[in-house]
Amino acid sequence: MTDFSGEPSGSHAQRQHWLSILALAPCATLEQALQQTLTVCEPPPLGWLRKPQSGLYMVRARAGGTGAQFNLGEASVTRCAVQDDSGRIGVGYVRGGNARHAELVALFDLFLQNDESRPQLLATVIGPLAERQAAARETASREAAATRVNFYTLARE
Amino acid sequence: MYVAVKGGETAILNSHELLAAARRGDEGVPEISPAQIREQMRLGVARVMSEGALYDEELAALALKQAAGDQVEAIFLLRAYRTTLPRFGYSLPVDSGRMNIRRRISAAFKDLPGGQVLGPTYDYTQRLLDFSLHAPAACKLPPCADEPLPAAMPRVADLLGHEGLMEAELPPAGDPAPGDLSREPLRFPADRATRLQNLARGDEGFLLAMGYSTQRGYANSHPFAGEIRMGEVALEIVPEELGFPIAIGEITLTECQMINQFAGSSTVPPQFTRGYGLAFGEAERKAMAMALVDRALRAAELGEEVVAPAQQPEFVLSHSDNVEASGFVQHLKLPHYVDFQSELELLRKMRKRHEGRKKVSVTEGNPLFGTGGKAHTEIAVGENA
Repeated sequence: MTDFSGEPSGSHAQRQHWLSILALAPCATLEQALQQTLTVCEPPPLGWLRKPQSGLYMVRARAGGTGAQFNLGEASVTRCAVQDDSGRIGVGYVRGGNARHAELVALFDLFLQNDESRPQLLATVIGPLAERQAAARETASREAAATRVNFYTLARE
Repeated sequence: MYVAVKGGETAILNSHELLAAARRGDEGVPEISPAQIREQMRLGVARVMSEGALYDEELAALALKQAAGDQVEAIFLLRAYRTTLPRFGYSLPVDSGRMNIRRRISAAFKDLPGGQVLGPTYDYTQRLLDFSLHAPAACKLPPCADEPLPAAMPRVADLLGHEGLMEAELPPAGDPAPGDLSREPLRFPADRATRLQNLARGDEGFLLAMGYSTQRGYANSHPFAGEIRMGEVALEIVPEELGFPIAIGEITLTECQMINQFAGSSTVPPQFTRGYGLAFGEAERKAMAMALVDRALRAAELGEEVVAPAQQPEFVLSHSDNVEASGFVQHLKLPHYVDFQSELELLRKMRKRHEGRKKVSVTEGNPLFGTGGKAHTEIAVGENA
């Protein structure tokens, strides 16, 4: 399993990591990164395995945070899948309704599976995005920490 | 005499246009955008997402704009929209223990690990109208502490759990998939998972009133806000084409753990029991009310006497949904011309009968004159009149 703050583990860890980073990235940033990527490497012939499609995932939670599962409510999700001529599949899943975002995630997922382009993309796209997301999270946490109450005791004279 | 008629088409079309103009208001004032609503009316957006049972800030903001700020109407729009989308699947249970916390307080423990973190709250504002908001002004960057909050913020409920003073919340054997009210109708008896789903999409005002009633004595509950936390959690799913979990974004949640006294039973020693509230977005009042009502609805399960409305699942769960409630109340506006015609006919008949009865009562039915041994004359006369 993976989350945005922790280090992923397991055999799919790396792919889980970049998919989560891409899903949280601003669409415009990914669009820019794609244009840059295309100037340095020729993309393979691509086809749709699944065109962008919007739908719902039911969000589950647990009673008391740790108990029995219950259905909290749905979240809109957009997904798509692209395939290159070698049969490799790039998958894009994003929360929300932005089809282009899902496409960009799928494209990068595909490129990142290619051993030749992976190191470059991890360094120039995923790494900086991950850093920016971690920094934003830290800022939010420090802003919250500034509202932490420091109790003090009034001593009787 | 009323008769069934067709018509109203033009009237309805014109009313749509009038509604659009009314929604827009004075064209001298700049039009509001859904993005502005999403960013600057986030608590309103959160309520629409919670009760619309669909997490999507863009759609909720659009619904609020379309509904001219009418929350229940916006919730209805969101519920209607969701029926047009396919269901891809179910997420993994969100883990509020791994929340990126922006607010976390406890009214039960002063010195809890991680501390009391107020976050962006209205609690300590003075509720004086701020006239400076009339004019746009640049917002200062909020203060930043040198260090972020600790990575792990233990749940308050878990602190007491070690001593056995707090009932444990553990998944039942096999961790079964819960029932889903968005697919199956509500049936009784409703298990806790079904109740929690119903409450999560329930009307905040209704839950607030029901929760309030438990505090005022309509159910014997002595709650403490054990913990309230708000922040972002990862939304994780297992896509069919991958077969392993991935995080596909974040959602903001507000969670409330209410702690309640419990005298114990023949099998369970006295301990604290819990009520749980969880809501999309920043929705503290909703989460607290939900937790109070969740606990009240556990009365039968805990062997407590069911004496108050908030403890009755049929009453609470059948009336919590504002889309259903609003629909049934507002359907009274639909043409009931034929129904009303029959009521009118009936009323005329009854009045005629009443008139006849009056004449009879003056002569024979008046107790002053006695009935003359004819006990049921009135009814007989009335019916024949």
